[in-house]
Amino acid sequence: MRTDFILNGKSVQAEHKPGETALEILRRIEVYSVKRGCDYGECGSCTILLDGKAVNACLILGHQLADKKIETVESFGSTFSLHPLQEKFLDEGAVQCGYCTPGMILSAEALLRNEPNPSDKQIRDALAGNLCRCTGYVKPVKAVHS
Amino acid sequence: MKHIGKKTKRVDGLALVRGEPVFADDIRLKDLTYLKILRSPHAHAKILKIDSSEAMKLEGVIAVYTHEDFRRHYYTTAGQGYPEPSPRDTLLLDSKVRFVGDRVAIIVGETLEAAEEALGKIHVEYEILPALLDPEVALDNEVQLHGHDGLPGVTDVKRNIAAHLGAELGNVAQAAEESKYVFEREYSTPYAQQSHIEPHISLTWLDEHNRLVIRTATQVPFHVRRIVSEVVDYPIAKIRVIKPRIGGGFGSKQEILNEEVCAAVTLKTGRPARLEYTRAEELHAGRSRHPQKIKLKIGVNEDYTFRFIDLDILENAGAYGSHSLTVMSVTANKALALYKAPNIKVSGTAVYTNLFVAGAYRGYGAPQGFFPLESMVDEIAHDLGLDPIDLRHKNYVKEGDDVPIAKVLGEGKEGYPLVIYTSGMKECLEEGSKLIEWEELQKTSSEGIERRGVGVSICGQGSGIPGIDMGAAFIKMNEDGSFNLLAGATDLGTGSDTMLAQIAAEELEVPLDKMIVYSSDTDITPFDTGAYASSTTYISGGAVKKAAADLKQQILEMGKILLEVEEADIAEAYVTASDGRKISYGEICTKAFYTDSQRQLMAHASHMSYDSPPPFNATFADVVVDTETGIFKIKKIVSVTDAGQIINPQMAEGQVEGAIAQSLGFTHSEFMIADEKGAPINTDFFSYHIYTAIDMPEIVTRFVHTHEETGPFGAKAIAEIPINGPAPAIANAIFNACGVRIRNLPITPEKVFLELQKQKEVSLVNDKAGALSKDVDHAHS
Ligand code: FES
Ligand code: FES
Repeated sequence: MRTDFILNGKSVQAEHKPGETALEILRRIEVYSVKRGCDYGECGSCTILLDGKAVNACLILGHQLADKKIETVESFGSTFSLHPLQEKFLDEGAVQCGYCTPGMILSAEALLRNEPNPSDKQIRDALAGNLCRCTGYVKPVKAVHS
Repeated sequence: MKHIGKKTKRVDGLALVRGEPVFADDIRLKDLTYLKILRSPHAHAKILKIDSSEAMKLEGVIAVYTHEDFRRHYYTTAGQGYPEPSPRDTLLLDSKVRFVGDRVAIIVGETLEAAEEALGKIHVEYEILPALLDPEVALDNEVQLHGHDGLPGVTDVKRNIAAHLGAELGNVAQAAEESKYVFEREYSTPYAQQSHIEPHISLTWLDEHNRLVIRTATQVPFHVRRIVSEVVDYPIAKIRVIKPRIGGGFGSKQEILNEEVCAAVTLKTGRPARLEYTRAEELHAGRSRHPQKIKLKIGVNEDYTFRFIDLDILENAGAYGSHSLTVMSVTANKALALYKAPNIKVSGTAVYTNLFVAGAYRGYGAPQGFFPLESMVDEIAHDLGLDPIDLRHKNYVKEGDDVPIAKVLGEGKEGYPLVIYTSGMKECLEEGSKLIEWEELQKTSSEGIERRGVGVSICGQGSGIPGIDMGAAFIKMNEDGSFNLLAGATDLGTGSDTMLAQIAAEELEVPLDKMIVYSSDTDITPFDTGAYASSTTYISGGAVKKAAADLKQQILEMGKILLEVEEADIAEAYVTASDGRKISYGEICTKAFYTDSQRQLMAHASHMSYDSPPPFNATFADVVVDTETGIFKIKKIVSVTDAGQIINPQMAEGQVEGAIAQSLGFTHSEFMIADEKGAPINTDFFSYHIYTAIDMPEIVTRFVHTHEETGPFGAKAIAEIPINGPAPAIANAIFNACGVRIRNLPITPEKVFLELQKQKEVSLVNDKAGALSKDVDHAHS
């Protein structure tokens, strides 16, 4: 089947099988920032913004993307300048292996769009779905704060 | 110093924050085949027959390989130095399965879906054998897991013993007679899983010259090349292992778990192959931390110094003996290196069971040893009415002390002498007790329902494996004064590429952005044993520093030729003659390339060490226990480390913070459990609970400075040590809060609750009898 959606500002027509998830489709069209850590909604490595909301792409079926706006970190910043969150994550040392990083940045972005001055608790809640095994979350939380 | 001790942006950071395709799976390969492994549903069984005819009829199924398709060659999946100290007890596929999750068949599909579908269409006839699920039962059981004599490196197949170790210094039996107090306790630690977020993923293909290329998430590219070559019988010359960015490893990727499978398939089909573990596979068929039961005896003199320590380890290896000997050695040689005791004894037995296979996991045996040791020292302090910190000050090793156990017990063989050149332990304890408010918290009342307590633990680790680990680096100069640094060291998310760049930039006196790092590609970079045993800073960093120093000397010589002088200085990317004329690195290299005394300025160096100076750490925990429910809350962890000169404070903090999060899980929320048939129960992150952002307590990280002469710029290791402390510190804090002592990890609210209940009953009885319970086991008077 075919589903049309807007990916990072560009319209995309994706051919896919009925049961395929957004994660599979996005990786197939080489949106590699969306990563697989579990495949059933536990780790948040596959986080995308779907109409501005942070969701796990492995829990979304292809047809549910129809006519939606999808954002991934590929659309953040440009070749020569970074998005402020990307800068902060680098500055604060919030990136270790970096596998969870795109997902974390997207969850943080979704929060900051609604709440420009979040509390520690709000940040932690927003990142609760993004598992990170490297940082102990200390520096990612700090990066979102600053 | 310009770079050492400074925070800097990671050299690989830009790609990572942008989500660039830098991980193993972020690549498109033509004609790729997808592999799945059919895994055993039984803990112990003989395979009588595998019928894959139905699977082969499915569209898109290319092949189903079984044990009949491969030669029987025993190897170990442990990526260690050679010859490996781990037993060689593993086949690519065997006609027997030894744990739930063991490999039965390899399916090759045109698509992942086809391979997955085939999993359900292969019919296997098993003869089910009795499953041994407890090391105590497995030891000397008539049922044998590896009924094959002569397996290299297995201590005793008939007794199900994978590995054994024993050592004694002094005379422990006599010391026990002479000690004023003798304490004896038993502790245990469970299975735990590394839980890197990027699963195991490997891709293999044959390049245009029929060389086998392996792109894989590994900590040990050179061991992958060696072991795969041997397993699939393909020459090392025809194998290239590429390590892209890695999404964490923590020891789990020090294992050859899927590379050899992909390689075997590619060599059979001629097509590229991909094998990625699912999370469920990671959580039961990957690798884990060896569970241990430890009997610990400590003898204490009148003046509260330790007279002897006797450590008896029963280790559960699981179904295969990967890392079983060396993990046990590390348990012993780290725990027994912490305190000065003239008499020391250790015996350890690693037993095969039909359970999860254990392997390397950050800390590598040390957390299993420090939990008992540091719990027990706390118990001793309490029973003798001493401050736990004072008792430690009295006994831990200090600068200038010999650590004789290091020589007797190396990693899997005899080790090398160890003298403590630097120790910041005293400062770690002092700084930590201030930060946790030790004095104040000691005084909090132990009344009421919610009770607060504070606990401490101390520990050491090593800096690389002495006499075994070796790293090499190669640096070449470019005509703008930049440098390519090619290192065998494997950055698995630890930041080692950045740290090595800092070391090279410091030595060569250039800005960090003049260093272009490329690490771990067996065709391109020199050798390194790999990223494990806290070796990268100390060993690989040592190699980089030497190579940089050599190259700097060459630049100076070239500068003198160009300036036509006998003497000159080199500093800040210039060579300067005494008359003030100077020439920049860029000019020197350009001239060397094109016009004068032409050559490539380049240097290489290797580094190994017979020293492995221990970093030291003190960890403090502040907890609150609800005495009605047993539920406890960890409010704060303070971790103070002496890792010598810190190369990059921000990255070092990150190592500590991440290690603490893992250790908190190990303490109370992460445990791998199996049912009565050996089948795993918790194979997802819902039931295997690793810490999330909302679970974290307040974390305070500090470093105390020492300068370790033998390390690059004074550095010792940092990666593993901070994982040792939290578990015992929390156990001690819980005791301090409510008098409950949990000796078996994980510390669950249930266990605390049940102990609290017992306590209430005992205090009722005691109230009646008017007696006081006496905790000291026995005292010779
Ligand atoms: S891969 Fe989607 S949540 Fe883990
Ligand atoms: S940085 Fe490695 S998982 Fe988060």
